[in-house]
Amino acid sequence: MAYSDKVVDHYEHPRNVGSMDKDSTDVGTGLVGAPACGDVMKLQIKVSPEGIIEDAKFKTFGCGSAIASSSLVTEWVKGKTLDEAAAIKNTDIAHELALPPVKIHCSVLAEDAIKAAIKDYKSKSGLGEDEKAAG
Amino acid sequence: MTTSAIGRRQGQPIYLDYQATTPCDPRVVDKMLPYFTEKFGNPHSRNHAYGWEAEEAVEVAREQIAAIIGADAKEIIFTSGATESNNLAIKGVAHFYKDKKDHIVTVVTEHKCVLDTCRHLEQEGFKVTYLPVKANGLIDMAELEAVVTDKTAIVSVMGVNNEIGVIQPLAEIGALCRKKGAFFHTDCAQAVGKIPLDVNAMNIDLMSISGHKIYGPKGVGALFVRRRPRVRLVPMINGGGQERGMRSGTLATPLCVGLGEACAIASAEMAAEAERLHGLRDRLLNGLKARLPEIYVNGDLDNRVAGNINISFAFVEGEGLMMGVKDLAVSSGSACTSASLEPSYVLRALGLDAEMAHTSLRFGLGRFTTEADIDYAIDHTVKAVEHLRSLSPLWDMHLEGVDIKSIQWAEH
Repeated sequence: MAYSDKVVDHYEHPRNVGSMDKDSTDVGTGLVGAPACGDVMKLQIKVSPEGIIEDAKFKTFGCGSAIASSSLVTEWVKGKTLDEAAAIKNTDIAHELALPPVKIHCSVLAEDAIKAAIKDYKSKSGLGEDEKAAG
Repeated sequence: MTTSAIGRRQGQPIYLDYQATTPCDPRVVDKMLPYFTEKFGNPHSRNHAYGWEAEEAVEVAREQIAAIIGADAKEIIFTSGATESNNLAIKGVAHFYKDKKDHIVTVVTEHKCVLDTCRHLEQEGFKVTYLPVKANGLIDMAELEAVVTDKTAIVSVMGVNNEIGVIQPLAEIGALCRKKGAFFHTDCAQAVGKIPLDVNAMNIDLMSISGHKIYGPKGVGALFVRRRPRVRLVPMINGGGQERGMRSGTLATPLCVGLGEACAIASAEMAAEAERLHGLRDRLLNGLKARLPEIYVNGDLDNRVAGNINISFAFVEGEGLMMGVKDLAVSSGSACTSASLEPSYVLRALGLDAEMAHTSLRFGLGRFTTEADIDYAIDHTVKAVEHLRSLSPLWDMHLEGVDIKSIQWAEH
């Protein structure tokens, strides 16, 4: 299978690789996928008091498309509000990286990772479902 | 074509996938070429010199093929390849003896063309036993003995596995089948020319042979069919009754000549080549082990052909790794390389966890592999694995002492 230039670029020069303290209250961690399926993504976001994503880091076990999808979303979420980040669609990721049909699941996983990281941050900082219910 | 060496064309990756296919040896091509042009006769034409010279060439090839497995030339049937040979052997025997016997025994790690043939026969009403393998990839002889009955028409066990290179105990299986009165068929596409084979000493009744796995041309293979005691087959292709009526159709003289010459070369060079490849494989494995922790060989290391090594690189995914070793042409057991999203059924049959099966690479070494190729492969693979482990959340967990199996993963 031939990879797109963008996938190869992210694979060879992944952006924002690393880890943040998952116990810190301003960090949200999303861990999605399963080793048995051949894909695991860990996406972390650091959120400012104003609700802006200041930093993002990833680590991914998977094929080139999975690595590229997670690398790309770390670039995209930075500077966005939580709502803006949550609005990123897997189709946007797949389109940007020119993923073939058999690799669409990689972009789905990347979208799931963003949502999981946001959910984790909200539950830690008390912005979760409880607040909505109260509001 | 800019050719520095066979399997190392300028700008192309180093070829380390000799279990998938092999380049035609130039000596084989030289022997074939006249039979495309000036010696183009139909080997079945009995009336003129064109036919005679083609027939003579085909019969020399038949002798060469028979010689490498200790058979008689009359017992060699030309086919289009090992897939056809496997189909003809298993379906042919099953159909011929179906009034008396309705049972077939094979193994879960066989090539897809054997397994699919058996599935097809199950739909026709035959009973098939799929033997498991031990963790090293070899069958348990006691388990085989327990399942072969007087209703078993044929036992089909491959000589050498295409993914993990392990060598099944053919002589023991042959002795058991002879004692129990079942025919023994073996798919030796990966074994011929790599290990010594003797159809009489091993009590083999049918053997499938491939051209393109042994530096011969694609599109040709052979089936050994024993004459004494006689094995009878229902043919799949009907026609002019060529090949003792078992496989009609005009023989492809150049391809037959190529397969014969490939066998003759392999026969002459087998011992020295096996020793050379063994040295290269040890160099590869030791080189990788010296620089990378957490790597595991899949399949038995002792009962294995010299040109194969299959390794799981824990915590990195196989297809991602293949992208990293882009200067090497290798193969992966990872699901991502197939559309099925299932990792290799052969590795799963060894009892490997799906996550370990996903992390495997198969290195296939062959006639044109050099020490420089291996040294490059070691360095390239080590760098790719280190890069991917630096990206792998599973590697981090391993370093932190977290057992990955203790985590509740959401399978998708």
